[in-house]
Amino acid sequence: MLRDLMEIYTTIVRAVPELVLILLLYYAGTDLINRGLESLGYAAIDINGLVAGIAVLGIVQGAYATEVIRGAILAIPQGQIEAARAYGMPPGKMLRRITLPAMLPFAIPSLANLWLIATKDTALLAVVGFNELTQETRQAGATTKAYFTFFVAAGVLYLLLTLFSNVIIGRIERWARRGMPPVAEAGR
Amino acid sequence: MTTAADAHPIEASRSAWLQPHRIVLIGIALALVACAVLFLRWEWLPAYYDLALLGIWRTIWILVVTSVLGFLLAVPLGLAQAAGPFWLAWPAKAFCTVVRGTPLLLQLWLLYYGLGSLFPQFPWIRQSELWPILRQAWPYAVVALTLSYAAYEGEVMRGAFAGVPRGQLEASRAFGMSPWKRFRRIWLPQAIHRALPTLAGETVLQLKATPLVATITVIDIYAVASRVRQDTFIVYEPLLLLALIYLVITGIIVFAFRKLEARIPSRLG
Repeated sequence: MLRDLMEIYTTIVRAVPELVLILLLYYAGTDLINRGLESLGYAAIDINGLVAGIAVLGIVQGAYATEVIRGAILAIPQGQIEAARAYGMPPGKMLRRITLPAMLPFAIPSLANLWLIATKDTALLAVVGFNELTQETRQAGATTKAYFTFFVAAGVLYLLLTLFSNVIIGRIERWARRGMPPVAEAGR
Repeated sequence: MTTAADAHPIEASRSAWLQPHRIVLIGIALALVACAVLFLRWEWLPAYYDLALLGIWRTIWILVVTSVLGFLLAVPLGLAQAAGPFWLAWPAKAFCTVVRGTPLLLQLWLLYYGLGSLFPQFPWIRQSELWPILRQAWPYAVVALTLSYAAYEGEVMRGAFAGVPRGQLEASRAFGMSPWKRFRRIWLPQAIHRALPTLAGETVLQLKATPLVATITVIDIYAVASRVRQDTFIVYEPLLLLALIYLVITGIIVFAFRKLEARIPSRLG
């Protein structure tokens, strides 16, 4: 039952464009919350754009990350889990000691990818009027008429963020893969 | 239970799929759809019917054109990175990194607002025959989406080109094939075959990138939904319908790529 519900959630969220989801959750979500509050007798609250944006991106990223982690858990050699069970580990300990550490090397490249997508998805919040980098850039460009300069500068900022993330991710990946054979050349 | 499953594998899988809770779920889903049809306001639909069809058509058109052009660009990009000399590999790598490292929305606005504001300053561009095209929004949308698809797909093709077994290329060389024939008959088909599943995913991502063109005044299906919202102040219904349309198009893309994959006899070793 829960599995089916989760599958529906990940399928729908991954099939609908982020932009539509952001609009749907941003407008409809805040509206629904306010209506719910009003019907319960509370005053409508003004939902902070930051909070709504974080919630929306969280829901979207959650769906992608779910699939990544599912695949990573499936990629763990069955023998390791069987060995853990043979040692008589309780499920909680098995999760903490075997499943999560063994899953990480498989999950981290995709999770890193998701992180990079998330940094760029924040630009989509510009569409709902949220003042992040892209929206500010456009306003600055509109005031000064120097669109090109400002957009190139913003692009460089995003690029720096990405390159910096790549360095950090490389470190984390090396840490997660400790004790494992080096990656084959084809994967790089 | 296990013996029955062993004896009738097909029947077992069907009964496993139609478990009671799934029937309940399907019932809830149908009830939700019925509620949506009965209780939400759909009276705006006839007035915007033609516009919506035009929007769907334009979305699909942009998706197909940018995917095909992007893929054609991605093949040389991938090849340059996988096997090219450094003066080809470096620019290709730099292009992929820059495009993949900046948001598509930013690239789109850079092209449309940035280049679009630079072009009119040059009289020879204004007087050229291309000006009527450059004044419209869709060329910028197509260029931005194509470059983005090419960059992402270039990375995929690089891996695919590098992943073709060395023995295959050596065998084709032993047959005395010319380099071009070797590329056309051995290297490219195998690389595409390897890249196909990823290609399907990238195409779905490309579909989900198309609504961004609405921000530069191209009327796709997303822009139609926004206009309905602005005109009639109906918020939920257009967005729900929009989500449904994208779901259907995604389904079609995934199905088409499945068919394509099934056509190729595969025994990847």
